[in-house]
Order: sequence, then structure tokens, then C-alpha cells
Amino acid sequence: MRYLPHSNRDRKVMMDAIGIQSSDELFAKVPSKVFNTAKLDLPDHQPEFAVEATIRGFANKNRAAGDGPFFVGAGAYRHHVPASVDHLIQRSEFLTAYTPYQPEISQGTLQMLFEFQTQVANLTGMEVANASMYDGSTATVEAVLMARRLKRRPGIVLSGGLHPQYRDTVATYMGDDEGFVCLPSDPTATEDIIAQIDDTTAAVVVQSPDFFGNLRDLRPIAEAAHEKGALLIAVFTEVISLGAIESPGAQGADIVVGEGQSIGNPLTFGGPYVGLMATRPNLVRQMPGRVCGETVDAEGNRGFVLTLSTREQHIRRDKATSNICTNSGLCALAFSIHMSLLGQKGLSQMAALSHQQAYKTADALTAIEGVELVNEHYFNEFTVRLQKAAAPIVEALAEKGVLGGVPVSRLEPGKKELENLLVVAATELTSDADIAAFAAALKEVI
Amino acid sequence: MLNNQGRPTNVDNVNSNVGASSGAALLPSEPLLFEVGDKNKSGVDLPKTDTDFSSRLGGFARQTPINLPGLTEPQSMRHYVRMSRLNYSIDAGFYPLGSCTMKHNPRLNEKMARLPGIADIHPLQPQSTVQGAIELMEELGRWLMELTGTGAVAMAPKAGAHGEMCGMMAIKAAHEAKGQGHRKLVLVPESAHGTNPATAAFLGYKVKEIKARKDGTVDVQAVKDALDENVAGIMLTNPNTCGLFEPDVIEIADAVHEAGAYFYCDGANFNAIMGVVRPGDLGIDAMHINLHKTFSTPHGGGGPGAGPVVLSDALAPYAPLPYVKRDGDAVSLVENQDGSDDHLGRMSAFHGQMGMYVRALTFKLSHGADGIEQAARDAVLNANYLKAKLSDVFNAPFDGQPCMHEVLFDDSSLKGTGVSTLDLAKAMIDEGYHPMTMYFPLVVHGAMLIEPTESESLHTLDQFIGTMRELMADAKAGNIDRFVNAPMKAPMRRLDETQAARSPHLRWDEPEDDAAVAAAE
Repeated sequence: MRYLPHSNRDRKVMMDAIGIQSSDELFAKVPSKVFNTAKLDLPDHQPEFAVEATIRGFANKNRAAGDGPFFVGAGAYRHHVPASVDHLIQRSEFLTAYTPYQPEISQGTLQMLFEFQTQVANLTGMEVANASMYDGSTATVEAVLMARRLKRRPGIVLSGGLHPQYRDTVATYMGDDEGFVCLPSDPTATEDIIAQIDDTTAAVVVQSPDFFGNLRDLRPIAEAAHEKGALLIAVFTEVISLGAIESPGAQGADIVVGEGQSIGNPLTFGGPYVGLMATRPNLVRQMPGRVCGETVDAEGNRGFVLTLSTREQHIRRDKATSNICTNSGLCALAFSIHMSLLGQKGLSQMAALSHQQAYKTADALTAIEGVELVNEHYFNEFTVRLQKAAAPIVEALAEKGVLGGVPVSRLEPGKKELENLLVVAATELTSDADIAAFAAALKEVI
Repeated sequence: MLNNQGRPTNVDNVNSNVGASSGAALLPSEPLLFEVGDKNKSGVDLPKTDTDFSSRLGGFARQTPINLPGLTEPQSMRHYVRMSRLNYSIDAGFYPLGSCTMKHNPRLNEKMARLPGIADIHPLQPQSTVQGAIELMEELGRWLMELTGTGAVAMAPKAGAHGEMCGMMAIKAAHEAKGQGHRKLVLVPESAHGTNPATAAFLGYKVKEIKARKDGTVDVQAVKDALDENVAGIMLTNPNTCGLFEPDVIEIADAVHEAGAYFYCDGANFNAIMGVVRPGDLGIDAMHINLHKTFSTPHGGGGPGAGPVVLSDALAPYAPLPYVKRDGDAVSLVENQDGSDDHLGRMSAFHGQMGMYVRALTFKLSHGADGIEQAARDAVLNANYLKAKLSDVFNAPFDGQPCMHEVLFDDSSLKGTGVSTLDLAKAMIDEGYHPMTMYFPLVVHGAMLIEPTESESLHTLDQFIGTMRELMADAKAGNIDRFVNAPMKAPMRRLDETQAARSPHLRWDEPEDDAAVAAAE
């Protein structure tokens, strides 16, 4: 077995040293009726090439995004990731280390986290960020819980523009809690969320660009929330948008959370991704998750450590701000490397290209009779209304080799008014030929 | 000195700061990205927008600066390679961090996760185009159920703590469905991981601590005494965090069930018993499995993890969304509630951690049932070998019984030497080792929890034993300088964690004159 270093002779030497005849004796405390009694219906060990063939068998049944025209978004986006990013994250020193509990021999990870926190803070227009959450949806849950702790109020209002699976995730954690309000799906960004804010509201949660692609003005919502002593939690699922649209921080958000996958991380069927969370300095002590801070060593040299750990489960146990422990370290590293390669210049250009390819796609699709654009302002994702149900049309497009967006009904089943809506995304990887192929295919199947 | 663009201000000072000798480059001190980067540079070449491009963002366009520098590819490569050299890792040395299962990370796992049919598929593309991905989830789930002797698995949780939340939510949902929502107590042994009480408290449960017996295991009588109609469940780690198999676990499970409560098992230590004992046979109702620990997916400097939860038949109806459903040759993911079922809803967007699933399945196929069992036996053998060779100089508080895959010592052997567990740990760094887990579990004084895993050779273990004996001899001989001043051979000396917490400095701030120039531009 290629992964197990001991020979039977080694094992014998060790058992002699321990004073046992068989390793069974080490399991003496296991009740005999459950010790090694089951014959497992699993194969024995296999050579590397045989395992590879099996896994390739699974992979080959899937249609990779890069195999043809691709317009699927709705919370995960296909962007270019430079080859050097994937090389660097596979360095043994990053890949095979764990949480930097020993800062003197973990400065690589710690410095990266300090840089990551700064990048996230600057992108979102906030002052401080944590060292990552699992993903955008769980980061949203953590933001909601943080707001409740800060405000000691029950009220949470979710915008109807929030990604439906983010909403569902928050709902799982909220249960039947008093004061938890989900506004109905709002494809046209016309809801009046301000009317929902009152003296019992801890936070309002608004996504921009929203699930349907709409850009939302957060300023009046922030003002209204603050007037009532509530917080604004701003959410995004497409972090590239921050290269083109005004930051939530500049619009008055108190907590910003979102999905960081687009920078540095492949699609991988939904995970692992990297949740981003940023906030204001006065709210940091209720922020969940790991945080890296600057300090000095015994010789006065600058170094970094995990800090403010009195918020965390391993110290505070049942009084902790969250139970989160392992987070998305390696995905945060990929994010940070890719972001450092892009710089603000590259990010702005990537954002501009994504926006341009999206409106070219929208123009091509809406030129088809019976396809109507829902949004007024959008970044790289928009919603079209078809004259019949979108889900079968997406299946028909897939048969023609085009992955043509996400039918809203997949996430919002059984809602007649949403049945004909299709969410379409484009990025810098969307070519003009892809757009032409999409439009041609849609024309045929519509 | 470097200025804040990372450019030398005078040549003489460059050498003293960055280090021109090859030795310094091998143990570098690397400036921050923000000190070497340039806001006008990018390491990614992108096409120009069309000549007639005009933004349709209207009033939403970003007005405030992003303020992030870029690095070209050679600069970036050097920045991160130099930073990486400041990290200790499994590939570089022995990393016996108790409770974390720092085993070898096979590179085939990485290669498989990067196949386009895995890495380049979208969670919301039509399910008809991702049948292989769903089948892979089903197959990994089958392995997990087979290894644990259970009939259901929830794949969605994204890490161990998320899995705990999932399992405890299922327990809560089951009680509510049976009209038992008044049960507000959860029993947690004092040796538990901090995530256990944090999870229980989050769900509104009051945590009741169960004391350990003198031998480090849970007192079955104390559990029985604490059980009543207000107890929702127990959260028990087995093998426990003292590295011991709970001998009365079946009796505890029976008592818990008899009281109408459920048994959550923290699966962090599954590595000791995989392929040898099936937790389902012990009477568990839910147990998370840390794929990044037990199945090596890897640790990644703090994640990503994955924490699938196996469930008993009693809890299976309450599993979260999504879940795999098979219909003849076709598989599907059930992504939404239809109103007629008891599923507890979503724990996150999308479908869990496919990137980790493929690595874990690759690991399992490589090992097979025989290799998995041998790995557990070797992990336990290694820990007991360390114990046998060290317990005359280190005090094993729960001696007289074999340990499982990790061995626990307390600091009583250091008493009177002026050397603490922390000092000893830092001195181990100078000897080339990553320290063990310290001061956990909380049930012994100055705890040192050593987990060697199955990946270590006899040669490595013997070297480690020699070092640990030598360190203890030196501490007892009063040579405490090498302890209290340690580490001396690491990239940094001991770091001031108190200062970091007292005045938190959590980001890089642009020097003020630079910010003023940027604003004026």
C-alpha cells in the first residue's frame, strides 16, 4: 500500500516495544460484539492508474463549461484564472499546512491572510475583513446572526432580490423566529424594503447586483436603516462587480458579505468556495471567524498572528460568536494570489469586459421575438422573460450544446409568475461567437 | 529601506533588508504585497473592450478608488514562493497536531479534482449534463455509509462544525416533529471540542457538562443521572479527545435512546477506528466526518473542509437539502422542498463541496477497505509506540490502557523545571517539528496531545522520540534557555499575541502621504 510506510517487520518491532502480540490488543476497550465484525462491501486497494480511470469515468459523464457556449451564473461564475494561481496553491507549504496555530512557523499563511483581509476590505469599501467563511450563503447567515447580537433585536428583513438559496439558508437558521421577514421574489427591483424597517429591525439584507442581475441603490436603504437604529447587510454573489460598481461600503453598508469564488477559484459544481465578510471597526468584536493581526516578535520584527480569539469557539465554547473553525484557507489564498495579479487595473478591465459581453448577449437575445429584458441596470447578469416556461427551453438548449442560463423556476419552483424567467450571465470568457451561437439556438427552440 | 512601493531608496540598505545572500533568500522576510505592488501594473493580460464600448451602469459606476496594487507574474511568483518558505507543512516534516489528523496528502487527489469534468462544471447547469458528478456524490455517500454502518448521509455540510450544526438541527427537527420541542438540554462531556458547546448553544440548547471519570472516559452513571425528559441529546466524541475509546459507549447510547434523546457523535477522531468499528453499531444517530482530516482532502492552511453527516434511520427523514435520488439508471439531486417532507432545508447554496468529495473518493479507492483498516491500525500503533517509548519521561495521565490514534500527556513531568508546555512546544520548533496540540483537552493540566497518523515511518517516530527525551532531560537538568527563548531557529522569534489583541491592527493602511497623492490624482 503506497501510502503506508510500515513493513510488517516494522510493525513487529513496534508491537514488541509496546508489549503486545497483535494490534487487536490496542482495541481492547472496544466491545467485542462491534469489533471488526462487518465484512465491508467495498473494494480493496488499487493502483494509481486504476483509481484515475474510475474517477475519469465520473468526470467524463459531465459536460464541462469550457466545452461550448456557456451562460450560467446565478451565484457562481466562470472566469479566467491564471495558471500560476493553481501552481502556487499546490506548493506543499500552503497545501499541506493547517490553521496557523504556531505563528513562528506559519508566517506564509498568516501574511497571506493579512493581505487577503486588506484586499477584501478595500474591494468592499469597508475597514476590516475576516480571514474567510465557507461561502457567500453561510457568510450571509453569519452576518444576520452578528447583526442580531449587535442590536439585540429580533427583526431581520431579506430583500426579494436575495439569491433564493441564500434566503433558504438563512431561513434554515432562523426557523420560525419572530421578526424574520422574507420579501417575495422581486425580479424588477420595485419592492419597498424601507417600509419594512421599524424599531425592532436588527438588519435589512440587500443583494446588489441582485439575483436577477439588477443593480440596487443601497444609499437610501442604509439611511432608512440607520434612522431606525438598524444595520444594512449588503450581499453580492459576483465579486468582479466591485471592479465596476460602487462599493457597498461607500453606500453606507454596515456589514458586507459575499461569494469570492469568481476570483481565483474554479466552479467545481458549487464548492469549495470562499465567503467574504467585511465590516466597520466598531463592530469587529462581534464578527465571527478567524482574524489575522499584525504584531511584533521578541526582536521587534513585524509578524502576524491569529487574534481576537476570545470571540471564537475554542476559547469561548458555548458563548462564542460562531461555531466556525476550519474555513476556506486555500480558496482564500487562490483569491488573494489572483487578486494580486489583477490589481485594480486588471480587475476593472475584467469587470468592464464582463459587463460588455453581458450587454452584447442581452442585445442579441432581445432581438429575438418573444424575448424581453426585465432589468433596467445590470452588470454581467440579467433576466429575460420568455413567452413560455424557461426550464424546458434550457434543456432544449443543452441538447444543442448551449448552456443557456438558469431558469428561475429551478430555485423557485411552483411560482407561476417566475416560470418564464431566465437568468443569463456573461464574463470575459464569453466570446462573440458564443453569443451568436446562443442567440441562434434560442431562436430555434423558443 | 524600501519605500512603500517596495523600491529601494538607497542601495546600501537594500541588502540589509531583503538580503542579497542566497541564505537570506531561503529564509526570507517578505514585504507585504502592498509594499511591493504597483497600482498601475497587472499580471493578467486581458483584451481591450470594443472601440464602441460604453458602460451601461449609469449612476451605479464605481466612483471610489479600489486601492489595490498589482504584481506581474514573475513578481507574484516570487512573493508567494518566498512567503510559502515561512510555513511548516506535512510535506516538510512531522506534524503531530493532535485532533487534526495531519496525514499525507496524495497528489492523485489533486490531479483528479482538476479534471475539467470536475473543476469546470457549474452547480446550476442542467442536471442531465452533470450525471457523473451526482453519481460521484452517491458513490462517496455509499462508502461513508458502509464504513459507518448507517443508512443515510447528508453530504451538504462544508466543514466539521457545519456538520455538527447539521446533525444537531436534525435532532432538533426530529424532536419538534414528535412534539418534544420542550427538550432544551444537551449533554456535552468536558473534554469536548469547543465547537460542540458552540453548536448546541447556537440552536438554543443549554449545555450541561458531564465530568470525566478518573480514567479519562465518560462516566456512564453521570450520563444516566443527567438524562431526563428535558434532554434533547448528547454530543460525544469517540474516540474521545483524550485519545481513548469510550468503553461504555453502547450503554450510553442505549440510555440516551431510552430517555427519548439522540446521540450525536463528533467524528473528528474517526481515523482511529475506520474500517475497524462501525459507529452505527455503537448506536449513534448522527456523526460528521471531516473529509479534510480522515480522508486527506487536504488541510490547505485552514480549509476548505467538508463535513458530511451520516444519520441513523430515526434522523434520516430530517437530512438537509440537497440529496441524491436514484431512479433506475438516472440520478438526480433533490434541490427544493416539496412541502410533503420533513427535510430541514438548506445549510448553504448549491450542493456542498464537490472538490473535496472527489479527493476523498480518490483517497478511499486508493486505500480500499483493506488499506483503510490498515491505516487505522497503523495510526493507533504509532500513537501507542510513542506512548510506550515516552511515558517514562512524560506523564500519561490515563495510563494503564492503550490509547487510540493520539496520545495525551500532561505537564506534571515539567513541574519545577520552569519550563511550560508552551516553552516545550516552541523548543520542538527549533528541533524541526511542528508542536503537538497544546492545552487541549481542558481536562488535564498543560495538555500535550500528540497524533502521529499512519503516514509516519518508524524511522521518523524514533527520531522524534529521541528529540523529546533529550528535551525533557535538558529541562530537568535546568538548561531552560533553549525553552524560554525558543524558537530561535524559526523564521520569527516568539510573537507578541497580547499586543495583537490589545490594539488590533487587521489590515495594511496606506501611508498618509501616499493616500494624499492618490486622492489628488
